[in-house]
Amino acid sequence: MEILVCARRVPDTSENEIQLNSAGNDIERDELVYSINEPDNYAMEEALQIVANTGGSVSVVTVGGEDDEEVLRREMAMGANHGILLADDAFAGSDGRGIASVLKAFVQKGNYDLILTGVQAEDGGAQVGGMLAAMLDYPFASLVNSIEILDGKKLKISREIEGGNKEISEIDLPCVLSIQTGINEPRYVGMRGIRAVASAPIPKYGLSDLGISAGTVGADAAKVKRVDYFIPVLGKTAEMLNGSREENVEKVLDLVAAKGGLK
Amino acid sequence: MARIFAYIAHKGGVADDTAAELAAAARKIDAASPTAIVVGSSAESDAVCAAVAASFGEVWKVANEVLFTRNAELVRKALVKIVPAGSIVLIAHEHFGIDLAPGLSIKLNSAFVSDVLAIDGVEGRSLKVVRQEFGGQINTHVNCDISFGAVITLRPGAFKPVAGPPLGGTIVDKSAEVGALAAGRRYLETIAAEAGDVDITKHTVLVSIGRGIQEKDNVGIAQELADALGAAVSCSRPVVDAKWLEKSRQVGSSGKTVKPKVYLACGISGAFQHLAGIKGNPFIIAVNKNPKAPIFQVADVGIVDDVLEFLPELTSKVRELRAVAAK
Repeated sequence: MEILVCARRVPDTSENEIQLNSAGNDIERDELVYSINEPDNYAMEEALQIVANTGGSVSVVTVGGEDDEEVLRREMAMGANHGILLADDAFAGSDGRGIASVLKAFVQKGNYDLILTGVQAEDGGAQVGGMLAAMLDYPFASLVNSIEILDGKKLKISREIEGGNKEISEIDLPCVLSIQTGINEPRYVGMRGIRAVASAPIPKYGLSDLGISAGTVGADAAKVKRVDYFIPVLGKTAEMLNGSREENVEKVLDLVAAKGGLK
Repeated sequence: MARIFAYIAHKGGVADDTAAELAAAARKIDAASPTAIVVGSSAESDAVCAAVAASFGEVWKVANEVLFTRNAELVRKALVKIVPAGSIVLIAHEHFGIDLAPGLSIKLNSAFVSDVLAIDGVEGRSLKVVRQEFGGQINTHVNCDISFGAVITLRPGAFKPVAGPPLGGTIVDKSAEVGALAAGRRYLETIAAEAGDVDITKHTVLVSIGRGIQEKDNVGIAQELADALGAAVSCSRPVVDAKWLEKSRQVGSSGKTVKPKVYLACGISGAFQHLAGIKGNPFIIAVNKNPKAPIFQVADVGIVDDVLEFLPELTSKVRELRAVAAK
Protein backbone atom coordinates (compact mmCIF):
# COMPACT_ATOMS: atom_id res chain seq x y z
CA MET A 1 0.00 0.00 0.00
CA GLU A 2 1.28 3.49 -0.88
CA ILE A 3 0.64 5.83 2.04
CA LEU A 4 1.08 9.58 2.26
CA VAL A 5 1.30 11.24 5.67
CA CYS A 6 0.70 15.00 5.83
CA ALA A 7 2.66 16.47 8.72
CA ARG A 8 3.32 19.88 10.22
CA ARG A 9 5.88 21.57 12.39
CA VAL A 10 4.31 23.48 15.28
CA PRO A 11 5.41 25.15 18.51
CA ASP A 12 5.65 22.44 21.14
CA THR A 13 3.21 23.38 23.90
CA SER A 14 4.69 20.90 26.35
CA GLU A 15 8.02 22.73 26.06
CA ASN A 16 6.80 26.33 25.81
CA GLU A 17 4.60 28.86 27.47
CA ILE A 18 2.80 30.48 24.58
CA GLN A 19 3.09 34.26 25.03
CA LEU A 20 1.99 37.31 23.11
CA ASN A 21 4.65 39.35 21.35
CA SER A 22 4.97 43.01 22.31
CA ALA A 23 2.90 44.19 19.33
CA GLY A 24 0.12 41.74 20.23
CA ASN A 25 -0.22 40.65 16.61
CA ASP A 26 1.49 37.29 16.96
CA ILE A 27 2.81 34.90 19.55
CA GLU A 28 6.40 35.36 20.68
CA ARG A 29 8.23 33.02 18.30
CA ASP A 30 11.88 33.82 19.00
CA GLU A 31 12.42 31.40 21.85
CA LEU A 32 9.93 28.75 20.80
CA VAL A 33 10.85 25.10 20.65
CA TYR A 34 9.22 23.53 17.60
CA SER A 35 8.43 19.91 17.05
CA ILE A 36 6.18 17.74 14.95
CA ASN A 37 2.48 18.25 15.57
CA GLU A 38 1.76 15.41 17.99
CA PRO A 39 -1.20 13.76 16.20
CA ASP A 40 0.85 13.68 12.96
CA ASN A 41 3.36 11.48 14.73
CA TYR A 42 0.62 8.95 15.50
CA ALA A 43 -0.40 9.11 11.82
CA MET A 44 3.18 8.28 10.81
CA GLU A 45 3.43 5.38 13.25
CA GLU A 46 0.14 3.99 11.92
CA ALA A 47 1.39 4.27 8.33
CA LEU A 48 4.63 2.46 9.21
CA GLN A 49 2.73 -0.36 10.94
CA ILE A 50 0.39 -0.79 7.96
CA VAL A 51 3.27 -0.93 5.49
CA ALA A 52 5.13 -3.40 7.72
CA ASN A 53 2.13 -5.73 7.30
CA THR A 54 1.10 -5.12 3.71
CA GLY A 55 4.25 -3.89 2.01
CA GLY A 56 4.48 -0.65 0.08
CA SER A 57 5.98 2.63 1.12
CA VAL A 58 5.34 5.68 3.26
CA SER A 59 5.90 9.25 2.12
CA VAL A 60 5.71 12.29 4.36
CA VAL A 61 4.87 15.72 3.01
CA THR A 62 4.61 19.16 4.54
CA VAL A 63 3.64 22.58 3.25
CA GLY A 64 6.01 25.17 4.64
CA GLY A 65 9.50 26.57 4.39
CA GLU A 66 13.12 25.43 4.75
CA ASP A 67 12.76 25.22 8.55
CA ASP A 68 10.11 22.56 8.16
CA GLU A 69 12.58 20.13 6.64
CA GLU A 70 13.51 19.07 10.17
CA VAL A 71 10.05 17.59 10.65
CA LEU A 72 10.39 15.60 7.43
CA ARG A 73 13.78 14.29 8.51
CA ARG A 74 12.41 13.34 11.89
CA GLU A 75 9.66 11.30 10.25
CA MET A 76 12.16 9.75 7.84
CA ALA A 77 14.28 8.78 10.83
CA MET A 78 11.14 7.12 12.18
CA GLY A 79 10.92 5.07 8.99
CA ALA A 80 9.27 7.09 6.22
CA ASN A 81 10.75 6.18 2.83
CA HIS A 82 10.36 9.59 1.23
CA GLY A 83 10.09 13.17 2.45
CA ILE A 84 8.76 15.95 0.24
CA LEU A 85 8.72 19.67 0.98
CA LEU A 86 6.05 21.80 -0.68
CA ALA A 87 7.46 25.29 -0.45
CA ASP A 88 6.91 28.50 -2.36
CA ASP A 89 6.65 32.14 -1.35
CA ALA A 90 3.25 32.06 -3.04
CA PHE A 91 1.99 29.61 -0.39
CA ALA A 92 2.60 32.03 2.50
CA GLY A 93 -0.51 33.20 4.30
CA SER A 94 -2.66 30.35 2.98
CA ASP A 95 -5.73 29.45 5.02
CA GLY A 96 -6.78 25.82 5.53
CA ARG A 97 -8.29 25.69 2.07
CA GLY A 98 -5.06 27.01 0.53
CA ILE A 99 -3.00 24.34 2.29
CA ALA A 100 -5.46 21.65 1.19
CA SER A 101 -5.22 22.95 -2.40
CA VAL A 102 -1.43 22.63 -2.38
CA LEU A 103 -1.67 19.11 -0.97
CA LYS A 104 -4.32 18.16 -3.52
CA ALA A 105 -2.03 19.21 -6.37
CA PHE A 106 0.75 17.09 -4.88
CA VAL A 107 -1.47 14.04 -4.30
CA GLN A 108 -2.58 14.14 -7.93
CA LYS A 109 1.04 13.80 -9.09
CA GLY A 110 1.35 10.49 -7.26
CA ASN A 111 -0.63 7.32 -6.74
CA TYR A 112 -1.52 6.98 -3.06
CA ASP A 113 -3.95 4.42 -1.66
CA LEU A 114 -4.23 6.06 1.71
CA ILE A 115 -3.62 9.59 2.98
CA LEU A 116 -3.26 10.21 6.70
CA THR A 117 -3.24 13.48 8.63
CA GLY A 118 -3.16 14.20 12.34
CA VAL A 119 -6.58 14.99 13.78
CA GLN A 120 -5.70 18.62 14.41
CA ALA A 121 -2.74 20.96 14.65
CA GLU A 122 -2.05 22.88 17.86
CA ASP A 123 -2.74 26.10 16.00
CA GLY A 124 -5.12 24.63 13.46
CA GLY A 125 -8.76 23.83 12.93
CA ALA A 126 -9.07 20.08 12.22
CA GLN A 127 -9.83 21.05 8.65
CA VAL A 128 -7.19 20.18 6.04
CA GLY A 129 -7.85 16.41 5.89
CA GLY A 130 -11.60 16.80 5.32
CA MET A 131 -11.03 19.55 2.76
CA LEU A 132 -8.41 17.52 0.88
CA ALA A 133 -10.74 14.51 0.73
CA ALA A 134 -13.60 16.63 -0.62
CA MET A 135 -11.32 18.21 -3.24
CA LEU A 136 -10.19 14.75 -4.38
CA ASP A 137 -13.68 13.23 -4.02
CA TYR A 138 -12.18 10.58 -1.74
CA PRO A 139 -14.09 9.21 1.27
CA PHE A 140 -13.01 10.73 4.60
CA ALA A 141 -13.19 9.87 8.27
CA SER A 142 -12.01 12.00 11.19
CA LEU A 143 -10.91 11.05 14.72
CA VAL A 144 -9.81 7.58 13.58
CA ASN A 145 -8.51 5.42 16.44
CA SER A 146 -8.05 2.07 14.74
CA ILE A 147 -7.46 0.82 11.20
CA GLU A 148 -7.80 -2.72 9.94
CA ILE A 149 -6.95 -3.65 6.34
CA LEU A 150 -9.86 -5.68 4.93
CA ASP A 151 -8.47 -6.17 1.42
CA GLY A 152 -6.75 -4.05 -1.19
CA LYS A 153 -9.90 -2.01 -1.72
CA LYS A 154 -11.24 -1.14 1.70
CA LEU A 155 -10.47 -0.65 5.38
CA LYS A 156 -12.39 -1.22 8.59
CA ILE A 157 -11.95 1.80 10.81
CA SER A 158 -13.04 3.02 14.20
CA ARG A 159 -13.80 6.65 15.01
CA GLU A 160 -13.68 8.06 18.52
CA ILE A 161 -17.12 9.50 19.28
CA GLU A 162 -18.65 10.91 22.47
CA GLY A 163 -18.00 9.26 25.82
CA GLY A 164 -15.16 7.10 24.51
CA ASN A 165 -17.56 5.05 22.35
CA LYS A 166 -16.33 3.79 19.01
CA GLU A 167 -18.10 4.10 15.68
CA ILE A 168 -17.06 1.32 13.33
CA SER A 169 -17.26 1.78 9.56
CA GLU A 170 -15.99 0.36 6.33
CA ILE A 171 -14.30 2.83 3.99
CA ASP A 172 -13.24 2.47 0.35
CA LEU A 173 -9.69 3.17 -0.81
CA PRO A 174 -8.27 5.56 -1.75
CA CYS A 175 -9.38 7.63 1.21
CA VAL A 176 -8.23 10.30 3.66
CA LEU A 177 -8.23 9.61 7.39
CA SER A 178 -7.49 12.03 10.22
CA ILE A 179 -5.77 10.13 13.02
CA GLN A 180 -6.59 10.62 16.70
CA THR A 181 -3.83 10.51 19.32
CA GLY A 182 -3.55 7.27 21.28
CA ILE A 183 -4.20 5.01 18.25
CA ASN A 184 -0.73 3.48 18.74
CA GLU A 185 2.56 4.12 20.53
CA PRO A 186 4.81 6.13 18.21
CA ARG A 187 8.33 4.73 18.13
CA TYR A 188 11.18 6.63 19.66
CA VAL A 189 13.51 8.56 17.39
CA GLY A 190 17.04 8.99 18.67
CA MET A 191 19.80 11.30 17.53
CA ARG A 192 21.45 8.40 15.70
CA GLY A 193 18.31 7.92 13.61
CA ILE A 194 18.17 11.60 12.77
CA ARG A 195 21.84 11.60 11.77
CA ALA A 196 21.30 8.59 9.51
CA VAL A 197 18.88 10.57 7.32
CA ALA A 198 20.67 13.92 7.63
CA SER A 199 21.78 13.87 4.01
CA ALA A 200 18.81 12.01 2.49
CA PRO A 201 17.49 14.03 -0.43
CA ILE A 202 14.26 15.93 0.14
CA PRO A 203 12.72 17.09 -3.13
CA LYS A 204 11.07 20.49 -3.05
CA TYR A 205 8.07 21.44 -5.14
CA GLY A 206 6.75 24.93 -5.69
CA LEU A 207 3.76 26.54 -7.34
CA SER A 208 4.73 25.81 -10.96
CA ASP A 209 6.01 22.27 -10.23
CA LEU A 210 2.59 21.47 -8.83
CA GLY A 211 0.71 23.23 -11.61
CA ILE A 212 -1.15 25.49 -9.21
CA SER A 213 -2.51 28.75 -10.63
CA ALA A 214 -1.16 31.84 -8.91
CA GLY A 215 -3.83 33.56 -6.85
CA THR A 216 -5.64 30.34 -5.86
CA VAL A 217 -3.43 29.85 -2.77
CA GLY A 218 -1.57 32.14 -0.39
CA ALA A 219 -2.63 35.27 1.44
CA ASP A 220 -4.60 36.83 -1.41
CA ALA A 221 -6.77 33.74 -1.82
CA ALA A 222 -7.31 33.24 1.90
CA LYS A 223 -10.89 33.87 2.97
CA VAL A 224 -9.99 33.31 6.59
CA LYS A 225 -7.41 35.54 8.25
CA ARG A 226 -6.11 35.90 11.78
CA VAL A 227 -6.29 39.52 12.89
CA ASP A 228 -4.47 39.29 16.20
CA TYR A 229 -3.83 37.19 19.27
CA PHE A 230 -4.98 37.90 22.80
CA ILE A 231 -4.93 36.25 26.19
CA PRO A 232 -8.37 34.84 27.01
CA VAL A 233 -10.10 36.17 30.10
CA LEU A 234 -12.90 34.06 31.48
CA GLY A 235 -15.37 35.18 34.11
CA LYS A 236 -13.98 33.23 37.01
CA THR A 237 -10.29 32.93 37.71
CA ALA A 238 -8.68 30.91 40.46
CA GLU A 239 -7.69 32.38 43.79
CA MET A 240 -3.94 31.76 43.62
CA LEU A 241 -2.22 30.44 46.73
CA ASN A 242 1.14 32.17 46.94
CA GLY A 243 2.44 30.82 50.24
CA SER A 244 5.26 28.38 50.82
CA ARG A 245 4.63 24.84 49.66
CA GLU A 246 3.89 23.80 53.24
CA GLU A 247 1.36 26.62 53.68
CA ASN A 248 -0.25 25.78 50.37
CA VAL A 249 -0.54 22.12 51.32
CA GLU A 250 -2.24 23.08 54.62
CA LYS A 251 -4.63 25.39 52.81
CA VAL A 252 -5.55 22.77 50.22
CA LEU A 253 -6.15 20.23 52.95
CA ASP A 254 -8.47 22.66 54.77
CA LEU A 255 -10.34 23.37 51.56
CA VAL A 256 -10.74 19.69 50.67
CA ALA A 257 -12.08 19.04 54.16
CA ALA A 258 -14.42 22.05 54.02
CA LYS A 259 -15.86 20.90 50.69
CA GLY A 260 -16.66 17.46 52.06
CA GLY A 261 -13.74 15.70 50.44
CA LEU A 262 -12.24 14.27 53.61
CA LYS A 263 -14.44 11.78 55.35
CA MET B 1 -27.51 39.37 4.16
CA ALA B 2 -26.74 35.75 3.43
CA ARG B 3 -29.24 33.21 4.60
CA ILE B 4 -28.19 31.39 7.77
CA PHE B 5 -28.72 27.67 8.37
CA ALA B 6 -28.16 25.61 11.49
CA TYR B 7 -27.41 21.92 11.05
CA ILE B 8 -29.14 20.17 13.94
CA ALA B 9 -27.25 17.30 15.56
CA HIS B 10 -29.55 14.67 17.06
CA LYS B 11 -29.54 11.18 18.42
CA GLY B 12 -32.38 8.73 18.86
CA GLY B 13 -34.91 11.33 17.72
CA VAL B 14 -33.80 13.90 20.31
CA ALA B 15 -32.20 17.20 19.24
CA ASP B 16 -28.80 17.92 20.77
CA ASP B 17 -28.43 20.76 23.31
CA THR B 18 -26.36 22.56 20.71
CA ALA B 19 -29.48 23.23 18.57
CA ALA B 20 -30.52 26.19 20.73
CA GLU B 21 -26.89 27.33 20.93
CA LEU B 22 -26.68 27.50 17.14
CA ALA B 23 -29.91 29.53 17.08
CA ALA B 24 -28.38 31.97 19.59
CA ALA B 25 -25.12 32.19 17.61
CA ALA B 26 -27.01 32.89 14.36
CA ARG B 27 -28.60 35.97 15.95
CA LYS B 28 -25.13 37.39 16.50
CA ILE B 29 -24.68 37.36 12.71
CA ASP B 30 -28.13 38.50 11.63
CA ALA B 31 -31.28 39.49 13.51
CA ALA B 32 -33.44 37.44 11.15
CA SER B 33 -34.34 33.98 12.40
CA PRO B 34 -32.08 31.24 11.01
CA THR B 35 -33.35 28.10 9.31
CA ALA B 36 -32.76 24.74 10.95
CA ILE B 37 -31.88 21.72 8.83
CA VAL B 38 -32.78 18.31 10.21
CA VAL B 39 -31.44 15.29 8.35
CA GLY B 40 -32.31 11.73 9.32
CA SER B 41 -34.73 8.84 8.87
CA SER B 42 -38.44 9.73 8.68
CA ALA B 43 -39.30 8.88 12.28
CA GLU B 44 -36.22 10.62 13.70
CA SER B 45 -36.49 13.75 11.62
CA ASP B 46 -40.21 14.24 12.37
CA ALA B 47 -39.53 14.16 16.11
CA VAL B 48 -36.49 16.44 15.89
CA CYS B 49 -38.23 18.93 13.56
CA ALA B 50 -41.13 19.25 15.99
CA ALA B 51 -38.72 19.83 18.88
CA VAL B 52 -36.59 22.51 17.23
CA ALA B 53 -39.49 24.42 15.64
CA ALA B 54 -39.70 26.39 18.90
CA SER B 55 -36.22 27.87 18.39
CA PHE B 56 -36.29 28.42 14.62
CA GLY B 57 -38.59 30.34 12.30
CA GLU B 58 -38.25 27.68 9.64
CA VAL B 59 -37.17 24.06 9.72
CA TRP B 60 -36.05 22.13 6.66
CA LYS B 61 -36.58 18.41 6.88
CA VAL B 62 -34.58 15.89 4.86
CA ALA B 63 -35.93 12.41 5.53
CA ASN B 64 -34.18 9.50 3.92
CA GLU B 65 -33.81 6.01 5.35
CA VAL B 66 -30.11 5.82 4.35
CA LEU B 67 -29.56 8.76 6.72
CA PHE B 68 -30.63 6.70 9.73
CA THR B 69 -26.98 6.11 10.60
CA ARG B 70 -25.17 9.39 10.73
CA ASN B 71 -22.76 9.40 7.84
CA ALA B 72 -21.09 12.73 7.20
CA GLU B 73 -20.51 12.04 3.51
CA LEU B 74 -24.20 11.32 2.89
CA VAL B 75 -25.27 14.32 4.95
CA ARG B 76 -22.83 16.52 3.05
CA LYS B 77 -24.22 15.36 -0.29
CA ALA B 78 -27.75 16.06 0.94
CA LEU B 79 -26.84 19.56 2.16
CA VAL B 80 -25.04 20.47 -1.06
CA LYS B 81 -28.25 19.77 -2.97
CA ILE B 82 -30.45 22.05 -0.87
CA VAL B 83 -28.33 24.84 0.64
CA PRO B 84 -28.29 27.90 -1.68
CA ALA B 85 -24.91 29.32 -2.75
CA GLY B 86 -23.61 32.07 -0.48
CA SER B 87 -25.33 30.76 2.67
CA ILE B 88 -23.80 30.62 6.13
CA VAL B 89 -24.07 27.15 7.67
CA LEU B 90 -23.57 26.70 11.43
CA ILE B 91 -22.61 23.28 12.79
CA ALA B 92 -21.71 22.14 16.31
CA HIS B 93 -18.00 21.36 16.71
CA GLU B 94 -18.36 17.80 17.97
CA HIS B 95 -17.26 14.54 16.36
CA PHE B 96 -19.90 14.66 13.65
CA GLY B 97 -19.31 18.32 12.83
CA ILE B 98 -15.57 17.62 12.55
CA ASP B 99 -16.40 14.88 10.04
CA LEU B 100 -18.89 16.95 8.05
CA ALA B 101 -17.91 20.60 8.02
CA PRO B 102 -14.52 20.93 6.26
CA GLY B 103 -15.63 18.94 3.20
CA LEU B 104 -18.97 20.74 3.14
CA SER B 105 -17.19 24.10 2.86
CA ILE B 106 -15.26 22.82 -0.18
CA LYS B 107 -18.39 21.53 -1.89
CA LEU B 108 -20.28 24.77 -1.17
CA ASN B 109 -17.22 26.74 -2.28
CA SER B 110 -17.44 28.80 0.87
CA ALA B 111 -15.09 29.88 3.67
CA PHE B 112 -14.53 27.69 6.71
CA VAL B 113 -13.79 28.49 10.33
CA SER B 114 -13.84 25.79 12.98
CA ASP B 115 -14.39 25.65 16.73
CA VAL B 116 -15.58 29.24 17.10
CA LEU B 117 -16.02 30.50 20.67
CA ALA B 118 -17.60 33.90 20.06
CA ILE B 119 -19.05 35.92 17.21
CA ASP B 120 -18.32 39.65 17.33
CA GLY B 121 -20.52 40.52 14.35
CA VAL B 122 -20.35 41.35 10.66
CA GLU B 123 -18.49 44.27 9.08
CA GLY B 124 -19.10 44.55 5.35
CA ARG B 125 -18.31 41.13 3.90
CA SER B 126 -16.32 40.09 6.93
CA LEU B 127 -17.60 37.91 9.76
CA LYS B 128 -15.58 38.54 12.91
CA VAL B 129 -15.13 35.57 15.23
CA VAL B 130 -12.94 34.35 18.08
CA ARG B 131 -11.01 31.06 18.12
CA GLN B 132 -8.59 29.42 20.50
CA GLU B 133 -5.17 27.98 19.77
CA PHE B 134 -2.58 25.94 21.66
CA GLY B 135 -5.02 24.11 23.88
CA GLY B 136 -6.70 27.30 25.07
CA GLN B 137 -3.49 29.13 26.00
CA ILE B 138 -4.21 31.90 23.56
CA ASN B 139 -7.16 33.31 21.60
CA THR B 140 -7.27 34.87 18.15
CA HIS B 141 -9.63 37.25 16.41
CA VAL B 142 -10.34 35.83 12.99
CA ASN B 143 -11.94 37.57 10.00
CA CYS B 144 -13.84 35.38 7.61
CA ASP B 145 -14.81 36.65 4.16
CA ILE B 146 -18.44 35.58 3.71
CA SER B 147 -18.84 36.86 0.13
CA PHE B 148 -19.35 33.28 -1.02
CA GLY B 149 -20.91 32.03 2.19
CA ALA B 150 -19.28 30.19 5.06
CA VAL B 151 -19.37 27.00 7.05
CA ILE B 152 -18.71 27.73 10.72
CA THR B 153 -18.42 25.15 13.50
CA LEU B 154 -19.22 26.37 17.00
CA ARG B 155 -17.81 25.08 20.26
CA PRO B 156 -20.55 23.32 22.25
CA GLY B 157 -21.42 25.29 25.39
CA ALA B 158 -19.87 28.54 24.14
CA PHE B 159 -23.15 30.18 23.09
CA LYS B 160 -25.94 30.68 25.62
CA PRO B 161 -29.40 29.82 24.29
CA VAL B 162 -31.65 32.89 24.18
CA ALA B 163 -34.91 32.63 26.09
CA GLY B 164 -37.98 33.81 24.24
CA PRO B 165 -41.44 32.84 23.11
CA PRO B 166 -41.61 29.69 20.96
CA LEU B 167 -41.26 30.64 17.30
CA GLY B 168 -43.48 27.84 16.02
CA GLY B 169 -41.33 27.41 12.92
CA THR B 170 -42.78 26.14 9.67
CA ILE B 171 -41.54 22.71 8.67
CA VAL B 172 -40.59 22.45 4.99
CA ASP B 173 -39.99 18.98 3.57
CA LYS B 174 -36.92 19.06 1.30
CA SER B 175 -36.53 15.28 1.01
CA ALA B 176 -37.56 15.11 -2.65
CA GLU B 177 -34.85 17.60 -3.67
CA VAL B 178 -32.16 15.37 -2.22
CA GLY B 179 -32.96 12.09 -3.95
CA ALA B 180 -30.76 8.98 -3.79
CA LEU B 181 -27.48 9.09 -1.84
CA ALA B 182 -24.43 6.82 -1.72
CA ALA B 183 -21.09 7.07 0.06
CA GLY B 184 -17.64 5.52 0.09
CA ARG B 185 -17.95 4.94 3.84
CA ARG B 186 -20.54 2.66 5.41
CA TYR B 187 -21.51 2.49 9.08
CA LEU B 188 -21.24 -0.94 10.67
CA GLU B 189 -21.81 -0.59 14.42
CA THR B 190 -21.11 1.38 17.59
CA ILE B 191 -19.03 -0.20 20.32
CA ALA B 192 -19.64 1.12 23.84
CA ALA B 193 -16.67 2.28 25.90
CA GLU B 194 -15.18 -0.32 28.23
CA ALA B 195 -16.22 -0.02 31.88
CA GLY B 196 -12.75 -0.32 33.41
CA ASP B 197 -11.68 -1.29 36.94
CA VAL B 198 -12.71 1.93 38.74
CA ASP B 199 -15.86 3.94 38.03
CA ILE B 200 -14.65 7.54 38.27
CA THR B 201 -18.20 8.84 37.76
CA LYS B 202 -19.19 7.53 41.21
CA HIS B 203 -16.53 9.32 43.28
CA THR B 204 -16.97 12.55 45.26
CA VAL B 205 -13.25 13.37 45.15
CA LEU B 206 -11.05 12.92 42.10
CA VAL B 207 -7.29 13.26 41.97
CA SER B 208 -6.97 13.95 38.27
CA ILE B 209 -3.62 13.89 36.52
CA GLY B 210 -2.37 15.28 33.21
CA ARG B 211 0.83 15.54 31.23
CA GLY B 212 2.51 17.13 34.26
CA ILE B 213 2.80 13.72 35.88
CA GLN B 214 5.57 13.18 33.29
CA GLU B 215 5.92 9.40 33.33
CA LYS B 216 4.07 6.22 34.11
CA ASP B 217 6.03 5.52 37.27
CA ASN B 218 4.75 8.77 38.76
CA VAL B 219 1.08 7.75 38.53
CA GLY B 220 1.66 6.06 41.90
CA ILE B 221 2.18 9.50 43.48
CA ALA B 222 -1.40 10.42 42.58
CA GLN B 223 -2.71 6.99 43.58
CA GLU B 224 -1.16 7.36 47.06
CA LEU B 225 -2.91 10.70 47.54
CA ALA B 226 -6.17 9.22 46.26
CA ASP B 227 -5.83 6.27 48.66
CA ALA B 228 -5.19 8.61 51.59
CA LEU B 229 -8.21 10.73 50.68
CA GLY B 230 -10.49 7.83 49.79
CA ALA B 231 -10.63 9.24 46.28
CA ALA B 232 -10.08 7.84 42.79
CA VAL B 233 -7.44 8.75 40.21
CA SER B 234 -8.75 10.13 36.93
CA CYS B 235 -6.85 11.83 34.11
CA SER B 236 -6.79 13.94 30.97
CA ARG B 237 -6.20 12.69 27.45
CA PRO B 238 -2.37 12.73 27.22
CA VAL B 239 -2.16 10.25 30.11
CA VAL B 240 -4.35 7.77 28.22
CA ASP B 241 -2.56 8.39 24.91
CA ALA B 242 0.71 7.52 26.65
CA LYS B 243 -0.94 4.32 28.03
CA TRP B 244 -0.21 5.34 31.64
CA LEU B 245 -3.88 4.81 32.60
CA GLU B 246 -6.86 3.06 31.05
CA LYS B 247 -9.28 4.97 28.82
CA SER B 248 -11.99 4.43 31.47
CA ARG B 249 -10.12 6.90 33.71
CA GLN B 250 -10.26 9.74 31.18
CA VAL B 251 -12.39 12.82 31.96
CA GLY B 252 -13.56 14.77 28.94
CA SER B 253 -15.74 14.91 25.85
CA SER B 254 -14.17 11.75 24.50
CA GLY B 255 -14.01 10.17 27.96
CA LYS B 256 -16.23 10.16 31.02
CA THR B 257 -18.42 12.92 32.38
CA VAL B 258 -17.83 13.23 36.13
CA LYS B 259 -19.68 15.10 38.90
CA PRO B 260 -17.41 15.07 41.95
CA LYS B 261 -17.57 17.54 44.85
CA VAL B 262 -13.83 18.18 44.76
CA TYR B 263 -11.65 17.95 41.68
CA LEU B 264 -7.88 18.13 42.13
CA ALA B 265 -6.44 18.95 38.70
CA CYS B 266 -2.78 17.96 38.90
CA GLY B 267 -0.55 18.90 35.99
CA ILE B 268 -3.59 19.32 33.74
CA SER B 269 -3.48 22.26 31.32
CA GLY B 270 -7.26 22.54 31.03
CA ALA B 271 -8.12 22.09 27.35
CA PHE B 272 -11.85 22.56 26.75
CA GLN B 273 -12.30 18.92 25.73
CA HIS B 274 -11.20 17.99 29.24
CA LEU B 275 -13.28 20.65 31.00
CA ALA B 276 -16.34 19.49 29.04
CA GLY B 277 -16.27 16.30 31.11
CA ILE B 278 -16.44 18.09 34.49
CA LYS B 279 -20.04 18.77 35.49
CA GLY B 280 -21.98 19.65 38.63
CA ASN B 281 -19.79 22.66 39.49
CA PRO B 282 -17.25 20.90 41.72
CA PHE B 283 -14.67 22.78 43.78
CA ILE B 284 -11.61 22.71 41.50
CA ILE B 285 -8.11 22.91 42.93
CA ALA B 286 -5.45 23.19 40.23
CA VAL B 287 -1.74 22.55 40.61
CA ASN B 288 0.39 23.29 37.56
CA LYS B 289 3.94 24.47 36.91
CA ASN B 290 2.77 26.77 34.11
CA PRO B 291 1.18 29.93 35.56
CA LYS B 292 -0.49 30.52 32.16
CA ALA B 293 -2.23 27.14 32.10
CA PRO B 294 -5.89 27.66 31.12
CA ILE B 295 -6.98 25.48 34.07
CA PHE B 296 -6.32 28.48 36.35
CA GLN B 297 -9.09 30.36 34.56
CA VAL B 298 -11.71 27.85 35.62
CA ALA B 299 -10.34 26.54 38.92
CA ASP B 300 -11.49 27.87 42.31
CA VAL B 301 -8.03 27.70 43.80
CA GLY B 302 -4.71 27.53 41.99
CA ILE B 303 -1.14 26.71 42.99
CA VAL B 304 1.85 27.17 40.71
CA ASP B 305 4.00 24.21 41.68
CA ASP B 306 5.39 20.92 40.44
CA VAL B 307 2.83 18.18 41.11
CA LEU B 308 5.62 15.66 41.61
CA GLU B 309 6.73 17.58 44.70
CA PHE B 310 3.41 19.04 45.84
CA LEU B 311 1.36 15.83 45.84
CA PRO B 312 3.63 13.73 48.11
CA GLU B 313 3.60 16.54 50.72
CA LEU B 314 -0.16 16.74 50.54
CA THR B 315 -0.37 12.96 50.90
CA SER B 316 1.76 12.92 54.02
CA LYS B 317 -0.34 15.73 55.57
CA VAL B 318 -3.53 13.79 54.85
CA ARG B 319 -1.99 10.71 56.48
CA GLU B 320 -0.93 12.73 59.54
CA LEU B 321 -4.44 14.07 59.88
CA ARG B 322 -5.91 10.56 59.55
CA ALA B 323 -3.48 9.25 62.18
CA VAL B 324 -4.49 11.99 64.63
CA ALA B 325 -8.17 11.38 63.95
CA ALA B 326 -7.74 7.64 64.56
CA LYS B 327 -6.35 8.17 68.09
